[in-house]
Amino acid sequence: MMKDNVENKVGVDAMNVKFSARDVQVYYGDNHAIKDVNVDILDKTVTAFIGPSGCGKSTFLRSLNRMNDTIPICRVEGDILLDGEDINAPQVDPVQLRAKVGMVFQKPNPFPKSIYDNIAYGPRIHGLARNKAELDEIVEKSLRRGAIWDEVKDRLDAPGTGLSGGQQQRLCIARAVATEPEVLLMDEPCSALDPIATAQVEELIDELKASYSVVIVTHSMQQAARVSQKTAFFHLGNLVEYDDTTTIFTNPRDTRTESYITGRIG
Amino acid sequence: MNDPHIAKAFDRDLEAIQALVMKMGGLVEEAIREAAKSLKTRDTERAEKVRQGDRKIDELEDLINTQCAQLLAIRQPAATDLRTVLTVMKIAGNLERIGDYAKNIAKRTEVLSHMQPIEGASSAIRRMSKEVEAMLSDALDSYIRRDATVGEDVRHRDLEVDQMYNALFREFLTFMMEDPRNITACMHLHFIAKNIERMGDHVTSIADQVIYLSTGQFPDDQRPKDNQSIYKVEGFEEADE
Repeated sequence: MMKDNVENKVGVDAMNVKFSARDVQVYYGDNHAIKDVNVDILDKTVTAFIGPSGCGKSTFLRSLNRMNDTIPICRVEGDILLDGEDINAPQVDPVQLRAKVGMVFQKPNPFPKSIYDNIAYGPRIHGLARNKAELDEIVEKSLRRGAIWDEVKDRLDAPGTGLSGGQQQRLCIARAVATEPEVLLMDEPCSALDPIATAQVEELIDELKASYSVVIVTHSMQQAARVSQKTAFFHLGNLVEYDDTTTIFTNPRDTRTESYITGRIG
Repeated sequence: MNDPHIAKAFDRDLEAIQALVMKMGGLVEEAIREAAKSLKTRDTERAEKVRQGDRKIDELEDLINTQCAQLLAIRQPAATDLRTVLTVMKIAGNLERIGDYAKNIAKRTEVLSHMQPIEGASSAIRRMSKEVEAMLSDALDSYIRRDATVGEDVRHRDLEVDQMYNALFREFLTFMMEDPRNITACMHLHFIAKNIERMGDHVTSIADQVIYLSTGQFPDDQRPKDNQSIYKVEGFEEADE
């Protein structure tokens, strides 16, 4: 069952692959931002993307739910397969794709609406609820999944923007899971949060991996080490190394990875 | 991985703990040498110095453990840096044990100095201790040079120490059978030989750490051992270690 793909420098269980990237290139105009990335991202696993600023980790993350489509000069080549289907195929609706592949951003960005409507928005536009009772149920379930239900259940009509930073971020995670996604992409979800809120979000990520494939971009190596099972190290647009997180942090193969994670000038 | 860290203090901290373990290693090498010399020359003053010197070795181990704990808490080292801290702690523990064995040899030396010498014993023990001392020196050297090949070589040399111990074991047994008045001295000498044999095991463990530090993997192959032959000596019942 285990197949060792030399090109990926990693052996993974083929049955468990959620995203499969093959020879992916991303260009911003003339700038070749992602070079020949091949990687298999696993289901029900937290995968961390680490690397110095400008290494392409966020660019690659954004290509997984076609967020790069919104940048006119951006061009993506190669195959990105979600459950074996090419996400860049002409018949794929990016809105439907993003319901399946949710995203949480660096800065909490709740809609300027009530807490309830923040969660209900996605299920409404995707027609996931037939009536108010079903919608209520989705809102409660999502807020519980976001580990914020107990803090907001008595004030669902209050504006989402009135919550603390850490609560807003968990609200955004709850909003992302409301559309029943299969993958959650997180772009530095804790960089604007204090250590307590960070710990709560990390605990949440750990719970979410039972249901989803979670991909997290983080500048905190300690966070990558704490929350992920797989780690990918990007450098100058290349995927340098992809392996079990414990291997990356105790015995990485590539000297560039080692230089980066040990805080050396590489 | 000789590039400096962006945080220069991190480099200084890592260098400091390694310098301490090397200093400790130097003291332990000296303790082995001096203990064996005091046995051979029946020099109780020298033996007493070895006993006193062990305190310094113990203090160094405490200092190393404290500094390693601080480094782990403050720097959260990864990869080679993490392995450096882990191996420094382990090696300090091994060195401390070797120091204790040297101290024990010195203690027995003082007792033995009041007894009739056993012919050839102290020379044989000195040869054995010299081999262990050389192994320790090479192991520490290979640690600083991150040289797994030398580490592997040290592991294999422990076989010679085991064989020397087994030869001495038989010799002492013979002496004791020949003349029961030799028993007390031979028992002490046997414990000394056993102590040196155990030192060799700790040096082997240091060599394992060198290999782990340089390669990220512990050696998994079985190194050659000679711990069976003494069990074949007549009249010797196998005992649980």
